Amino acid sequence: MNLNALWEYANPLKFMRTTERVLPYFAVASFVCLVAGLVWGFFFTPEDYRQGSTVKIFYLHVPSAMMAINVWVMMLITSLVWIVRRHHVSALAARAAAPIGAVMTLIALLTGAIWGQPMWGTWWAWDPRLTSFLVLFLFYLGYMALWAAIENDDTAADLTSVLCLVGSVFALLSRYAVNFWNQGLHQGASLSLDKKENVADVFWYPALVCIAGFVLLFITLVIIRTNTEIRARRMRALLARERLG
Amino acid sequence: MIALLLRDLRLAVRAGGGFGLGLAFFLIVVVLVPFGVGPETGLLGRIAPGILWLGALLACLLSLDRIFALDWEDGSLDLLATSPLPMEGIVSLKALAHWLTTGVPLVLASPLFGLLLSLPAQGYAPMILSLLIGTPALSVIGTFGAALTVGLKRGGLLLSLLVLPLYVPTLIFGAEMARRGAEGLAVQVPMLMLAGISLGVIALLPLASAAVLRVNLR
Repeated sequence: MNLNALWEYANPLKFMRTTERVLPYFAVASFVCLVAGLVWGFFFTPEDYRQGSTVKIFYLHVPSAMMAINVWVMMLITSLVWIVRRHHVSALAARAAAPIGAVMTLIALLTGAIWGQPMWGTWWAWDPRLTSFLVLFLFYLGYMALWAAIENDDTAADLTSVLCLVGSVFALLSRYAVNFWNQGLHQGASLSLDKKENVADVFWYPALVCIAGFVLLFITLVIIRTNTEIRARRMRALLARERLG
Repeated sequence: MIALLLRDLRLAVRAGGGFGLGLAFFLIVVVLVPFGVGPETGLLGRIAPGILWLGALLACLLSLDRIFALDWEDGSLDLLATSPLPMEGIVSLKALAHWLTTGVPLVLASPLFGLLLSLPAQGYAPMILSLLIGTPALSVIGTFGAALTVGLKRGGLLLSLLVLPLYVPTLIFGAEMARRGAEGLAVQVPMLMLAGISLGVIALLPLASAAVLRVNLR
């Protein structure tokens, strides 16, 4: 494939035309995957012999936790594209993705708490993985606040890109720092990602469908939000021109 | 460069507030803790390293928005930007000036505050050393935050939201080192990690701060 052809989609018009053509497919596919995965997971899998029915929150918890991290990675990539090639769609996509990522992090934290209550007997423990997710959530908040605080769009895109870059390094650093920090009083149980190899196929296949559903849902939402953002920006430009006119 | 550093230091001393304020805030935090958790010596001694680190971090945070704000308002930041000095150099000097006026006094005052919080005797040296190693990182990270928010009208609150998550690793290793020291354990590992963070941050973050400042001055 000619890689240069990819950059043509940096043109907002072309981006919108293409994405709007594929948007319905993504929307339907994510809906189908989510419904199928969740129904399969909730009603057609056996209950875990030790954890009972509470294990089923797994189908919400694992995909959202994965997305929480992957959305930040996607923001990092689009920020880099903005810094290097200065394509506006890229910066807007990063902006559009941030609230979705924050919500995914929140879902992961909440479902984790709901799952943790019966399993560990506590809503919250200062476990490394939990703590690093909370810090990730703070990074999302700061990122969104910086976008909201700056009036000039290009300045905001520049500053948030650098923040995203620096934030990624520190998020990674925090991830390992909290690991270290909690060595002394470690919680026996750890979250599901570590147990992947223990999860039986019966649980794993519906989870995979759910993960696919979450990824497709994220793509759908990002496309919608980016297009909205492009339209809003175009409208502002038109209004400004009218006022001058 | 020296002239710029001296100018910043002089301004900090003469303008009042900047220099002593951080220390006074640190003192207030330390005084308030026993009221909050009760004056038991054993309990205080156990949480003293963490409290001292938190106090130092908050005192540092308090003075961050002054790093660029005054120079931004009276236009001297634009003059500095057009001077032959590279932007990275200006940013590093600003961070150094901030550390000299905020970090160093905190390090020097920490034994006294350790006394107030009944820190165990063997904990003093690791405590001071951890602050000495860690506070430069706080200043440099804070300079990045200050450079990000310099053009904003009410940047102060946003600044804390942006900078506090970035402070997490430094705080963890700094407090860990102080805590281990107070309990008489080996401090080498957290000390090396803390030093690694400080050196890495000093080497790399001024590049980001300078880039951000250039955008803001555009």
